[in-house]
Amino acid sequence: MEAWVLFIEFFKIGLFAVGGGLATLPFLNQLVEKYPWYTASDLANVIAVSESTPGPLGVNMATYTGFTGLGIPGGVIATTGIVLPSLIIILIIARILDQFNKNPYVKAAFVGLRASVVGLIAAAVLGIVQISLFHTGQTEILNMFNWKAIVVFLFLTIFRFRFEKVHPIVFIAIGAGLGIVLGGF
Amino acid sequence: MKELFSLFLTFAKIGGFTFGGGYAMLPIMQRELVEKNEWVSNDELLNYYAVGQCTPGIIAVNTATFVGYKRKGVLGSIFSTAGIVTPSVIIIMLIATFLKNFASYPVVQSAFAGIRIAVCATILVSIVNLWKKAIKCWIDILFCAGAFILSAFTPISPLWIVLIAGTCGVFCHLKKEVE
Repeated sequence: MEAWVLFIEFFKIGLFAVGGGLATLPFLNQLVEKYPWYTASDLANVIAVSESTPGPLGVNMATYTGFTGLGIPGGVIATTGIVLPSLIIILIIARILDQFNKNPYVKAAFVGLRASVVGLIAAAVLGIVQISLFHTGQTEILNMFNWKAIVVFLFLTIFRFRFEKVHPIVFIAIGAGLGIVLGGF
Repeated sequence: MKELFSLFLTFAKIGGFTFGGGYAMLPIMQRELVEKNEWVSNDELLNYYAVGQCTPGIIAVNTATFVGYKRKGVLGSIFSTAGIVTPSVIIIMLIATFLKNFASYPVVQSAFAGIRIAVCATILVSIVNLWKKAIKCWIDILFCAGAFILSAFTPISPLWIVLIAGTCGVFCHLKKEVE
């Protein structure tokens, strides 16, 4: 029964996540609140591992979250679910490729979609920012900020903008190294 | 049958050796699909990519489905898609199992606290890059801000926000697209 729910949820993600791997993030974030499959901090690990391993980001994220929720069958079910809508839609479109590609309605809809997806991803990341850079359960404002983590975050962000060509895996390894050296955050 | 198998293997190779999906996969797809196997022309491949961006789902999967369908029909598309997905499924499950067994070690926990911060930074950079590509005028800023506010501060599902954004997109941009 739970497997069926997992399949349907990931089928929906495959159907509505437009614009590449990270576009699945808002949906995965929503599942954190709805089901006990994984937590917001698991989600940060999912992104880290998915960016550090080969294969399409969206597929990696589906496999990992499905596996965390329901083990090996979960990984397979989530991946099948996220892939199936693509397969069906493309098989339909393949016959009418040119008409679809040049259709002004389709083009106009996707201009709006692409802009809104940026906002959706930004909102989805707030949860991860909260657990990574802030202390929860503090009442005094200054104590809410995890200063050590924020300094590391600023350093890593500047580093990332400066060396954008560096592979994410290197970057995530630096994060792990800093975490170990500084003894967590 | 032989070509079905070779579709599966070629796409498994693409899935197993490229990081990041989407555009990172384009060069290796050109080499494997256009130059080596001559299954599609370069123009066709770029067309598939363009459509892959304008359809829901994962761009690499969409492209695999197109190429498989063109070569061997529905069965071909299933074999290609299975091919591109299989390496990910295996690799990710191995890593996830490994991490699960070591998650309670303090060193691993410290490492992941650091990794989470690195993830915040990488996504911030990704968002800036997406912004540069997708935000072209003040209407786009409204779409982006609206989606952010609805998603961050209300319980409305991203699914509805995507549907609303697509519909509003037609109203706001149709005139420009027709011209």
